[in-house]
Formats: sequence, structure tokens, C-alpha cells
Amino acid sequence: MSAVPNAAAKAAVAESLYRRRRLMNHLALGLASAATLFGLFWLVWILWTTLLNGISALAPSLFYEMTPPPGETGGLANAFFGSIVMSLLAIAMGTPIGILAGTFLAEYSRRSWLGETIRFINDILLSAPSIVLGLFVYTLLVKPMGHFSGFAGAVTLAFIVLPVVVRTTDEMLKLVPSQMREAALSLGIPQWKVTVQVLYRSALPGIVTGVLLALARISGETAPLLFTALNNQFWSHDLAAPMASVPVVVFQYAMSPYDSWHSLAWAGAFMVTVFVLAISLIARAIVARRKVAND
Amino acid sequence: MTNLNLAVATSLNVTTATQSQTSSAKIVARNLNFYYDGYHALKNINMEIPEKRVTAIIGPSGCGKSTLLRIFNRIYSIYPKLEAKGEVLLEGENILDARYPLNRLRSKVGMVFQKPVPFPMSIYDNIAYGIKHYEKLSRADMDVRVEQALVQAAIWDEVKDKLKGSALGLSGGQQQRLCIARAIALRPEVILFDEPTSALDPIATVKIEQLVEELKKDFTIAIVTHNMQQAARCSDYTAFMYLGELIEFGETETMFTRPSNSQTEAYITGRFG
Amino acid sequence: MTDPHIGQEHISKSYDAELARLIEEILRMGKIAADQLASASEAVEERNSELAARVVERDGTLDAIEHDVSHDVLRLLALRQPIARDLREVLAALRIAADIERIGDYAANVAKRGIALNQAAPVPSAAALPRLAQVAGEMLEDVLTAYRNRDSAAAHEVWERDEQLDTLYTALFRELLTYMMEDPRNITPCAHLLFMAKNIERIGDHATNIAENVYFLVHGETLVEARRKGDLTSAMTKP
Repeated sequence: MSAVPNAAAKAAVAESLYRRRRLMNHLALGLASAATLFGLFWLVWILWTTLLNGISALAPSLFYEMTPPPGETGGLANAFFGSIVMSLLAIAMGTPIGILAGTFLAEYSRRSWLGETIRFINDILLSAPSIVLGLFVYTLLVKPMGHFSGFAGAVTLAFIVLPVVVRTTDEMLKLVPSQMREAALSLGIPQWKVTVQVLYRSALPGIVTGVLLALARISGETAPLLFTALNNQFWSHDLAAPMASVPVVVFQYAMSPYDSWHSLAWAGAFMVTVFVLAISLIARAIVARRKVAND
Repeated sequence: MTNLNLAVATSLNVTTATQSQTSSAKIVARNLNFYYDGYHALKNINMEIPEKRVTAIIGPSGCGKSTLLRIFNRIYSIYPKLEAKGEVLLEGENILDARYPLNRLRSKVGMVFQKPVPFPMSIYDNIAYGIKHYEKLSRADMDVRVEQALVQAAIWDEVKDKLKGSALGLSGGQQQRLCIARAIALRPEVILFDEPTSALDPIATVKIEQLVEELKKDFTIAIVTHNMQQAARCSDYTAFMYLGELIEFGETETMFTRPSNSQTEAYITGRFG
Repeated sequence: MTDPHIGQEHISKSYDAELARLIEEILRMGKIAADQLASASEAVEERNSELAARVVERDGTLDAIEHDVSHDVLRLLALRQPIARDLREVLAALRIAADIERIGDYAANVAKRGIALNQAAPVPSAAALPRLAQVAGEMLEDVLTAYRNRDSAAAHEVWERDEQLDTLYTALFRELLTYMMEDPRNITPCAHLLFMAKNIERIGDHATNIAENVYFLVHGETLVEARRKGDLTSAMTKP
């Protein structure tokens, strides 16, 4: 048998196989693109509606007038203030505990059953419905105190912040190459110093990103606040008293039959969206810079 | 193996008279065994690392060469379930004894790792960081120490204008020399190199090898390498390990021209399946 | 100790092939050199100038193979960076090739002088030359066998046999000296014979060099034993 027809037959088979692979590739690519477009369509629609209705409702009075009674004009000043106070307080409570717990998981209990158990429970907490956390704090704080309070709202939000920070700290520390630890320890530096002065520095952008993402998440939480901070029509900086927050106000006003409340709700929704977007962008920028630094 | 034991036994009584020609042993391992979660990783190692010489440890993957190196500064002890039995004498003192202060051991025995891992701080702080832990120096004194270490690690000229810049901006080879500078800044007596060039290109590798050759004037050096030619190029003594045992130890020249053990020869000539 | 991981062969098959080729080239060279010596001796014995001319002509083949060997050695050193046993293999091949090439030169020289010798009347002592050539030829063949078999004992035996060749040479030297003193007309052919004998004696020296290299190849060290010289001609002025 001569080699030439054999080679030609081989080439023909290879060609037909190649064509089939290419067809399958186009098919799979087409399906994946369609699925992406389907998802993006709704997302863009939601954002577009929020943008349209939100921007038209924007006014300077939004930032200095209180939430109005039905039919009157007003702003969201007390809601913004409440959201900011409770969110910052939640971050202030959740972050240190979260970082410490994450450090314990990554640095002191690797491959131990205790560490694995805590990590598992933390993951459950991470995906727990926020309304459950609201109910928990309701029975823990609101009921004994006898009234709703901004403090209870902040604690609930802190419970949402905590697992996120634990998880990111744990993950970010685990990403630090073990040789970095060994290098620092081989200089004779004690482990706690190595952790604080070398490993945190290395993991810092990641941890900050985690905190920012937690902030983005709690700034839109509504359900847990209904059970804890409730709402307040007036300006209040008393943490022991009920406190307004943007998501709760949006919820209430959007459910109402009044047009003026509707437009305020749109404005609030728009502001929360912009805030979350901004935080996400900052977090992405930090991650991107960290990547450049590592390469 | 009997020869080796003999060599260890006699070298312990080395007097100053012989020290001028043959180097005395800086580190001596005696009946050293290592267990990794019950697995017998090092089997009865008896060997010595001669002072101010370069000793290369070679062998196939998993032979225990890195494990052996990591015993010399007890860095293995940061992980659970690892256990070393026997003796490792550093200038006659058993460093495996729990009473031997880790602080002292780590200041005497420095280590350089496979991947260059500069700390996420400035070049200057990378060097100063370790020193600060042991000594209280004035700003000026610290500047001198940092410069000394960088000069000694042959990287001063490349970084002198950007000492405040991040160490992460350096190339791989520069980072590795920075790590060497960081180790020698503590003025140790021994430096352990764990495959220091496996992540570097050939030119950066040659620079590190040249550096190792210069450093042996002041330090005792042990280097684990997968690169046989590297062991041949820059070491005075070579240890060949296989399956957790020290198979042969001798002068590098002898090991690479006429090794006495057939396993050694098979490995270094590439007849190891 | 038996270990399944330790083989006689390299992981790289082409490395083995290159080393095998080197050894094969050396053995081929050795075979040609031995033939050359035998033919040169035959040409002298039978006063066959044609055969002698062919020997002279064929010397170029050895030079060509030696050139190949140097090239292969250079390549192996540069590309394989041989160490230990392999390094000795390559070094020994280079040195042995040079020795064989010299042996070829001496054989060609013997043939060349044979042609000159044939221009004159036969000299009686010319018959002693083939015997010298036979001993040297046997040494060469035996040392090549020792090289092929990595047999250092056989190589050592060849090395010691050089003494015998030297003794034979010294005897022939005395004999030729006597002839020259007897009749000045013998001086030209005897001078040729003297050089031819010296050439064959040198062939023996190169065979011992090869023996030393075989020993080095096997043991990684040189034959340290001091060499006992049987050649006393340089100390001799009169019989």
C-alpha cells in the first residue's frame, strides 16, 4: 500500500472531525451567550428603571429635609443618617472580631478539627437569611429592652458583617504563600509579630475588600432592620431609640399609595444603588492594584 | 556508611592543628530520624556540615533532602505532627533539645527559600525588619547595617536609589538576592538554601551561585538543589540522599568524577528510572 | 544492593546511543590500526612495495575517524555535560582515539620505510621486525578487547607486556648495531630498520597508554604503579 492515499484519507477524517468540533463549539458558545444576555437583560432593565425614576426624584432637599408625612414634601436626611450610623457601627463591631476570628482560623487552627468546625459554622452564618438574624437580635435585645433601637439594628448588621470578614480574612491569609511565613519565622520573629507585621500587610488589600463588600451588603439590608431599628419619622441620633434607614424607608414609601412618597422611594433606591456600585468599584480597584503589585 | 561514622567520630575531636587544612564541622547530625505524622522520612542520618564550606544536598524528589535542611533551623516545628529524633549539634550544642532557644537558633542559622518572598514593605525595611528584632540601633547605625547586607548580597548597586520603594517591584533574581541580604543582615553563622534558584532564569541563577561562592568566606552554607550541575558548580561537599537515607557524602569533585556508590552514580549520570 | 530504579541505561535513550556510537568508532579505529600494522609488517616481510603503498594511503581513514571522535566528544561535552562514569567514558574515548591515530601514523611510517628498504638488497635482520610487529599487534588487539569488555585486569596485563616488547626491541637494536659496525654498506638499510623498530616500540607505548585509559575508565583513577622500563637503549653506546 502506498503512503499517499493513506495520508489523504487521514487528512479527510481529520478535516471532518475538525468541522464537527467547530460546529459544537459554535453551538455551545451560542447557548452560553444567549443565557448571559437573558440575565443581563433583566439587570439592565432594573438599573435603567431605577436610574430614570431615581434621577428625576433627586433634589437637594433630599439631604437636609426629614421624611415627610403623606402629601407633604420632604427628604431622606434622617434615613441617610440612620443608615450611615448603623452601618458604620456594624462595621466597627464586626470587623475586629471578624479579623481576629479569621486570623485564628488561618494561622492558629489549620488542619485542626476546631478550625474546620468553626469554618463550617461560619459558612452557615454567611448564607443564613438576614431576617433570621433580625429575629435573633429581636429576642436578644429588643424584647428585653422593651423597644426598638438603632443599636439593635447595628448589632444585626454586625452579625451580617462578621461572617463575611471572617471568611475573607481566612481566605486572604491562606493566600499568603507559606514561604512568607517561614521566611519571617526563620528570622526568629515570633508568630504573633509575623502575623501582624508581615501577613496582615500582605493580606490587607484583600481584607479591606472584604470589609467594603460587607458594607455594600448591609447598606441594602431591609428585613433585619424591620425587627430591630424599625423606623423613625424624625431626626434622631439616640441609639437607644428607633432609627430610620434608607432601605426601610424605601420599603415603606414604595408600599404606600402616595405619589410623593413613591418618588422619595425611587430616590432612596437610586442612592443605595449608586453607593453599592461605588463600593464595588473601589473594592475592584483595590484588588486590581494588589494583583499588579504581586506580579 | 562505616566510613562516614568514622569521619563523624574523628571530626568531633578535630584540633586547631588540622583546622587550617580541613574545615571543622559546624553542624553535626547524629542518628537523626524524622517522622512525618508517623511516616519515617529520615532514617538514621549521620553527617556533618563543614564550617565555611558549601555543602550541597542532592537526591530525587521525596528523598528527604529538604526535610533535612528544615531540621537545621527547626523551621519544621511550625507545623503539627512532625517529629525529629536524634541529635543535631550546632557548635556542639544539640539544637533539637527543647531548651535550646529558638530565638538564638534562628539568629545563627538563616534560611533562603525556593520562591523569593520579600516582605510587603520597602527594600530598606525588608532588611531592617529582622535586625530590629534583635538589636536596638540608631538610625545611622541601621543605615550602615542595611547597606552592608545589601552590598554583601551583591544587590546594593541595583537598589541603592530606591531603598524606600516596594520590594515587590524587583525582578525575581533581585528579590532572591534581597532575601539573601535579609538573611545575612542578622549576621548568622550558617545559611540554608532550599532550592534557591529553581524559580529563576539561568542568568539570575549564575548570579546567585556566584554569590554563594563569595558568601562561603564568611558563612557555612548548606544548599538543597535539584540541579546537579549547580551542586557540581558551587559546592565543596555533596551529600546524596535516597529514600530518607544518606547514601554517600564526600568531596564534590570525587562525587562527580568517581562516586563510590552505584546508586549515587546512577542518579547523577541520569540512569535513575 | 538491588534497586529497580537503578539501571545500566540512561533515562535518555539518545544519550546511550551517542555513547555507544563513540565506543563503536573507537573499536573501528582500533581494528583499522591493527590491520595497518599487520599489513605494514607483511609488506616488509615480503618486500611488497605495493602493499606498503596501500598502507600509507589508508592512513587518511584513521585521521578522518579520529576527527569524527573529537567532534562527537565535543558535542557530548557541550550538550550532555557528562559526569562520573559518563565523563570518564568520553575522556577515555578522546585519549584512546588520539593514541590509535598515532599508532596508525607509526604503522604508515613503517610501511613508508619499507618501500625505501626495498630499493636496497635484503638485510638478514629484517626478519626480526615482523616478530616485533606481531607482539605489538597482539598488545593492541588485546587492549581493544579489554576496552570493549571494560576489563581492567586484561588492560593491566597488556600494560605489563610492554616490557617484553621493550626487551625485544633492545635485542634488535643491538643486532642492528652489530651489522652496521660489521659493514658500513649496511648502515642505510639498518638505519631504516632501526627507525621502523623504534616506531613499533612506540606503538607498544601507545597500547599501554590505552591500557591506562581503560583502567581509568573502569576505576576512575590512573594506574599509579610506577612503570618499569625494559628499554635500556638510551643508556647504551656499544654492545
